[in-house]
Amino acid sequence: MAKKPAAKKPAAKAQSPVDAQDEDFVLHSLQEEFDKNRTFDADADQMMRFYEQMLLIRRFEERAGQLYGLGLIGGFCHLYIGQEAVAIGLQSALDNDRDSVITGYRDHGHMLAYGIDPKVIMAELTGRQAGISKGKGGSMHMFSTEHKFYGGHGIVGAQVPLGAGLAFAHKYNEDGGICLAYFGDGAANQGQVYEAFNMAALWNLPICFVVEDNQYAMGTATKRSSAETRFYRRGTSFRIPGMEVDGMNVLEVRQAAEVAFKHIREGNGPVLMECNTYRYRGHSMSDPAKYRTREEVQDQKDHHDPIERIKKTLIEQGKSEDELKQIDKGIRSQIAEAADFAENSPEPEAAELYTDVLVEEY
Amino acid sequence: MATELKMPALSPTMEEGTLAKWLKSEGDKIEIGDIIAEIETDKATMEFEAVDEGTLAKIMVDEGTEGVAVGTVIAMMADEGEDVGDIEALAAKSDDSSEDKEDVEGEGKDVGREPSEAEVTETAEKPTRSPASDPAIPEGTNMVSTSVREALRDAMAEEMRRDERVFVMGEEVAQYQGAYKVTQGLLDEFGDKRVVDTPITEYGFAGLGTGAAMGGLRPIVEFMTFNFAMQAIDHIINSAAKTNYMSGGQMRCPIVFRGPNGAASRVGAQHSQNYGPWYASVPGLIVIAPYDAADAKGLMKAAIRSEDPVVFLENELVYGRSFDVPELDDYVLPIGKARIVREGSDVTIVSYSIAVGLALEAAEKLAEDGIDAEVIDLRTLRPLDKETVLESLKKTNRMVVAEEGWPTCSISSEIVTICMEEGFDYLDAPVLRVTDEDVPLPYAANLEAMALIDSDRIVKAVKKVCYVE
Repeated sequence: MAKKPAAKKPAAKAQSPVDAQDEDFVLHSLQEEFDKNRTFDADADQMMRFYEQMLLIRRFEERAGQLYGLGLIGGFCHLYIGQEAVAIGLQSALDNDRDSVITGYRDHGHMLAYGIDPKVIMAELTGRQAGISKGKGGSMHMFSTEHKFYGGHGIVGAQVPLGAGLAFAHKYNEDGGICLAYFGDGAANQGQVYEAFNMAALWNLPICFVVEDNQYAMGTATKRSSAETRFYRRGTSFRIPGMEVDGMNVLEVRQAAEVAFKHIREGNGPVLMECNTYRYRGHSMSDPAKYRTREEVQDQKDHHDPIERIKKTLIEQGKSEDELKQIDKGIRSQIAEAADFAENSPEPEAAELYTDVLVEEY
Repeated sequence: MATELKMPALSPTMEEGTLAKWLKSEGDKIEIGDIIAEIETDKATMEFEAVDEGTLAKIMVDEGTEGVAVGTVIAMMADEGEDVGDIEALAAKSDDSSEDKEDVEGEGKDVGREPSEAEVTETAEKPTRSPASDPAIPEGTNMVSTSVREALRDAMAEEMRRDERVFVMGEEVAQYQGAYKVTQGLLDEFGDKRVVDTPITEYGFAGLGTGAAMGGLRPIVEFMTFNFAMQAIDHIINSAAKTNYMSGGQMRCPIVFRGPNGAASRVGAQHSQNYGPWYASVPGLIVIAPYDAADAKGLMKAAIRSEDPVVFLENELVYGRSFDVPELDDYVLPIGKARIVREGSDVTIVSYSIAVGLALEAAEKLAEDGIDAEVIDLRTLRPLDKETVLESLKKTNRMVVAEEGWPTCSISSEIVTICMEEGFDYLDAPVLRVTDEDVPLPYAANLEAMALIDSDRIVKAVKKVCYVE
C-alpha cells in the first residue's frame, strides 16, 4: 500500500447519533462491506490476465518513455508506470457492452486495459495518421467511442463533470450502464469536481468516481495541497459513500470494484473510491522529480510493486519463472512491434489539418 | 544485438545537455529501471533510466561533458550472452557516424532518425464553403405574430417532440418556467426527466451537459445569462468545441448552449457583455445570434439538430418583441447564412442580434435624407457568411458594421478584415464600425446610454462613408 502518514491512519468509525438516525446515509457501508473481504477471488485465468495486462501497460510505458527520449514523441507525455493495478483492477470489473470510462491526461493505461491495439495508441503518441485520433490528439487526447472510452482530457478535473454527464446519459437512456470517472489527487481540489459530486448525488447518477491518489499533484505532495488527504471522505457532504483502496494491489482494487459497481448498478447513486497508488516516473517526461527522494521511489518499487506482487502470487500458485518470463518476452515483442509501427507509419495527410473541425458542412 | 544508448530529450524543447554523472560503470549488469546516468539540462537534473536489460559495454561520452546533443550515442549496451569486445568495435564505428549529425536551426533536432519513406503531403487547400439558402416559404403561408421568447420555446418544444434525446437543463428552467420564461410550459409537456432544474453550478452543469452529449444525448443547456457562462467557458471551448478534432472525428458533441447575451437594462458591468466575438473566435463551435422571431425559431431548430456544438446567443431586450413567423410544420433555417433584411443600393450596414433593430431604425432615418441603406443580419457569427457581405459590398461600395458590443477584436473587426482582404477593390470609403464604447458598462442611466450603440451613431457613420455632411 502506498504510504500515508501514519498519524491519520486509525479510522475511528464513530458515527454520530445524528448519522445513526439518518438511515439513508450509507457513508461507511461500502467500506464495511469491502473490509469483510478485501481480496478478489481470482481464478487462474484471471490471475494470468491481470499479470499480462499490467505488464503490457508497464512495457508500453517504458517504451513510450524511451521514444520520448529519442524525440519521437513530443509535447507532454504522462506515464502510468506504478499505477497499473488501478486501471486493470477496475476496468476488468466493467461490463464493456454498457459501461463507459473517462479519465484525465494520464490515459495510456486505461486504453490498453480495453485491449485496444498498442500500435494505434503508440502511433497516436508519435503523431501518425494511423493513431487512434489520426495523430491530432496526442498523448493526452485519446478516445475510443467504440469501447465507450470517452478520453483522455487535458484540463485537470474537467473529466469529472463530463463523466457525470455520461452517467446522466446512462440513466436517461435506461441502458443499465455505469460510468467510471478517474481523476487524480491534484484534480480532487478543483471546484468542478464538487459541482459534479453534488449533481451526481442529487440525481442519483450511476457513476463511480475514482481518485487515483499517486501522492503528488505534479510536484506537490498531497499533504501540502489538501486539507483532507483521505480523499474518499470528500463525498461526505454530498452523501456519497467512500471507499479506501490499496491501489497497488490489483486483487484489492478488483474486489473494491465489485462492491462499488454492485451498489451503483442497484440504483443507489454514486460512489467515491480512493485508490492509493504511486507513480514511479515524474509527473510528465520533463519532470526531474526532485520533490521526493530516490529512496522513497525505490521503496515503492521494492515493496509495493503491483506487478511483482501478482507475479509472486502466481509463482506461489505453481507458475514457473520461465513461463512468466516467456509472457514478458511476448509482450516485449508486441510492444517493439508497436513502436516500430509508430515510428514508421506516415504522418497525417496534409488535408487532415482541416478535417474534423466540424461534423457537418454549413 | 548491441543497443545504442542515446542522449535523451528530457523535455519538449531540450536540444542538448550535460552528462553530469555515470551511475554505472562499463561491465555492470543493468536491469530495467536502473538509473544509468544523470543528465543536466538548463532546467533540471534528470535521471536516465534503463528500459532494456543487458551489460553496459562501453561508455562513449565521459561524465562532465557539456553540450551533448540529443540523440548522440552516449554508451553501448550488450544483450545477454553478447561479447563485450565486439561491441567496442561496433562502438568505434558508431562514433564516426554520430559526427555527421548536426542541428540545423529551424529544422528541429536531429535525433539520428531515418527519414520516413512514407509519402506525406505538406500542403493542403483550405476548404471553401457556400452556405445554403433559406427554404422558400410557400405562397399563402399564414404568418403569425410571435414574440422571440415564444418562438424559441416553440422551437425547443417541436424538437423535443421530434427527438427523444433532446432535453433542456439549466437554472430555473423547469418549475420556475425559466428566469426569462423562455422554457415556459416545457415541464408540463415533457416532465422532469427532460426539463431539468440544475443547482447554481454553471461549470458543473455545462460539463455535465457536454458529457451527456458525448454519451449520445442532445442537451440544450440554458445559461440564465451568458455572463454566467464565463464560469463554464472551459467546457464550452476545451471540452465541447475541440473534442471532435482531437479525437480524429470519433467523438461528437451535439449540444446547444443558449441564453441571453449582451447588455440588458441597468444591470451594470458584470451582467452586460456581448460574448459573440469570444465564441466566434473558436474553431469547432457554431455561433448563432439571431434578431427576429422567425430566425430565432428556424435557427434554434437547426442548432438542436446540428451534430456540432452550438452557442446560441439571445438577447433579453428582444425576447418580448414580436415578429411574423411563418406557420409551417417544420421551419428550419440554414446555419451559416446571413439575411438581407432591407435591400438598398447606397451603403451596406452589417449587423447581428439587437443591433439589427438599430440598423433598421438608422436605415429609415437615412431614407429621409435620400440614402438607401441595405441592412444585413449575419444571424450566424461562425461560420460567417462572407459571401453575402462581399456581394452587398460589390453593390453598394460602402459599409458600416453595427454591433452591440466592444470594438476591440470584435465581429466588426472581423468584417473590416474581410473587406480589406477580399473586398478592397470594391470600397469607395473605409469601412467604419459602430459599437459600444470601450468601457465596462456603467450603471447610471445617462452613462449607460452614452456607452451603448444607438441608431444616431449608425446614421452618423453611414453619412461619413457616404461623404455626406
